[in-house]
Amino acid sequence: MDIVVLTIESTIRLSVPLLLAALAGLFSERSGIFDIGLEGKMLGAAFAGGAAAAVFSSALMGLLAALVVSVALSLVHGYASITQRGNQIVSGVAINFIAMGTTVILGQAWFAQGGRTPALTGDARFTTIDLPFAEALADVPVLGTIYSDILSGHFWLTYFAFAMVPFAWWVLYRTRFGLRLRAVGENPGAVDTAGISVTWLRYRAVICCGILCGFAGAYLSMALTAGFVKNMTAGKGYIALAALIFAKWRPVPIMYACLLFGFLDAMGIRMQGQPLPIIGPVPVQFIQALPYILTVILLAGFIGKAEPPKAGGVPYVKER
Amino acid sequence: MNETAIELIGINKRFGLVHANKDISLKVRKGTIHGIIGENGAGKSTLMSILYGFYEADSGEILVDGTKRKITNPNEAIAAGIGMVHQHFMLVDNFTVLENIMLGAEDSAILNKGIARARAELKRLERDYALEVDPDAVIEELPVGLQQRVEILKALYRGAEILILDEPTGVLTPPEADHLFRILGQLKDQGKTIIFITHKLREIMAITDEVSVMRQGELVGTRQTADTSVEELASLMVGRRVLLRVEKGPANPGDVKLSVRNLTVKDSRGVTVVDNVSLDVRAGEIVGIAGVAGNGQSQLLETIAGIRTASGGEVYLNGKPVDISGKADPAELRRRGLAHVPEDRHHMGLILEFEEAESAILGYHDQPDYLNGVFLNVDAIRKDAEAKIKAYDIRPANARLKTANFSGGNQQKVVLAREIEQDPDVLIIGQPTRGVDVGAIEFIHKRIIEMRDAGKAVLLVSVELDEIRALSDRILVMFAGRVVGERDGEAGEDDLGLLMAGIEEDREAAE
Repeated sequence: MDIVVLTIESTIRLSVPLLLAALAGLFSERSGIFDIGLEGKMLGAAFAGGAAAAVFSSALMGLLAALVVSVALSLVHGYASITQRGNQIVSGVAINFIAMGTTVILGQAWFAQGGRTPALTGDARFTTIDLPFAEALADVPVLGTIYSDILSGHFWLTYFAFAMVPFAWWVLYRTRFGLRLRAVGENPGAVDTAGISVTWLRYRAVICCGILCGFAGAYLSMALTAGFVKNMTAGKGYIALAALIFAKWRPVPIMYACLLFGFLDAMGIRMQGQPLPIIGPVPVQFIQALPYILTVILLAGFIGKAEPPKAGGVPYVKER
Repeated sequence: MNETAIELIGINKRFGLVHANKDISLKVRKGTIHGIIGENGAGKSTLMSILYGFYEADSGEILVDGTKRKITNPNEAIAAGIGMVHQHFMLVDNFTVLENIMLGAEDSAILNKGIARARAELKRLERDYALEVDPDAVIEELPVGLQQRVEILKALYRGAEILILDEPTGVLTPPEADHLFRILGQLKDQGKTIIFITHKLREIMAITDEVSVMRQGELVGTRQTADTSVEELASLMVGRRVLLRVEKGPANPGDVKLSVRNLTVKDSRGVTVVDNVSLDVRAGEIVGIAGVAGNGQSQLLETIAGIRTASGGEVYLNGKPVDISGKADPAELRRRGLAHVPEDRHHMGLILEFEEAESAILGYHDQPDYLNGVFLNVDAIRKDAEAKIKAYDIRPANARLKTANFSGGNQQKVVLAREIEQDPDVLIIGQPTRGVDVGAIEFIHKRIIEMRDAGKAVLLVSVELDEIRALSDRILVMFAGRVVGERDGEAGEDDLGLLMAGIEEDREAAE
């Protein structure tokens, strides 16, 4: 019983950065800007958050710095792919490399701890929130356990991330901005002839992406761990991208995909060094590779064709 | 009603070197259907895109209802009461009809209220104009005719008083087109002004009140539809270009080299573009295919060349069948003696970034002459290119120069030299002199006749009637994907003009 509760609890903990990053990618890609740079934005934000929080001893300052850096990187991507009509994959990869190198160099130069930022304590780190009556209800069988052990006691960013799922859905499907954003990812010509600026619309989508990546990065360095560690995203940006494709660019399935990948991650940690029945010991690398393997297998046959937004990856040029 | 809805004064637009609209002035009367006709590339769509604010004119004025308006983006056009139905629908395929209609005219930041209003307004429009469509249907599941109706509704929803339709029947089946015409008639009765762009004469005669003809970027005339005739419009459209008549002796036809039987081709939308075409080309003759651009000639040519797949029929080359069902292989056809000068040299004939010498062997690069084991024999290739440059008087005479740096006429000579010098049995040529200067035209025409006299079978497609008449020993006329008539090389221009306008066909249908 304990193992189940612990696994679920860590599944939620580990899926938060994936969820925020995947939702970030959702906004960008639904507008037709493919974003392989989620990883880099998250990493940059994690570093900025960890550094600012340590310097100012304030989690809020950390979050602010994370958002600023992530949005700035997303604007670079926007400038390259919207204004300059560059290749979106190349731009995204470049951002990943820049983030990977810069965070280590600056970290070493400023804090001289081998690329880490100083460990965050007290107000500098996000704290967990106990939901009301969690203590009192802990003894109620099953429901009490679910409420106080699984749902309660997370960082506010965790609740924020899951609240973003219905919010993202509402924005995309129930607002003017969302309607136009989805349209511009499918047929920018329709948007242009309706008298709406394709460029400005896509920039706004990319900024939304930057903001959510900023939250994801801040969660990594200021909530999940107490400080920035070199290359701490460790491919989470790519997993988020996989979740996005897996979910066919829809908010609620994105949440399930991220929970699934979070669960695999949690299992991977739990199973380290533990032999499986019949099969025997399994190398931890295999478990870590599972999300990717799963994505390939599922995309290859089980969930049908994942159709990206039609205008995705294609810079908009007026037809002649 | 004699009020002017739209007046264009001195509109000019250039795209790089192309002068797409030359000093165009045009008046469209309120409450009428005004047709604009011209061949593909005559500048019709450009003119309308300027009116809709999609492009900005280099110079000129636009007056709407008598007042001068600055229209630099679609918003300003919409505000001036102008709506446009584009040739390629500007719809989001996976949105519903309602979402498409609302896009850009949503009322408020949150959709709920807007949706209710859009629904009510759509109901009203449906009632007033008999334009039924299910607001909750997804666009990609609707037939093209209904998608077009959504485009019309989109314009009306934005309060358009002036409606521009760009080649609206290109994607429609005949019954759908008839339905569209009824809708346009109703809109006119309700006082809307309609500008109708097409290259089909029949449609102009059927529904317009007035018609303006465009040719090569210029507006060459405006007529009351009732006072004009198909013949007059056709000759205005095609124009009369002074062409030097090339000397040629009588043809000496031999065996059938290329034979096409009941060929049918559909385009990517499933519309039949080549309809049951049969023809023979004999050794030592030039068969010309005449027709207004867009009547299936291009697709016929491409199918014979093995680039496009046919949905029915047979093609024989030197008496042996050619697989045209999708596995046709242009390289294989080349080995069997077919050479192809494509219509569009920039997209299909050349690689502009390549050196002239490289462009001059495209498609033949795997021949032993040009190879050194698995490597290209660069010296041989350059020598070969220099010989062709001399023989065809290609200028500048530099095989190392990028192909893009040659003029149109010289680029065309590069392609012709490449194909002709392979000594094919059958030469198929599309638009041999499009965008080519007069001097080069004469040279190219002479070469084609030399090919004939050397006993080759030549199939020529051109939209220049004069060129067809100057070169061909037999002329086939294509209209709406079919061969509607055959004449000998001496056929008169008027006779051919009628065939090209589809008149013969109508007469037969009436009988």
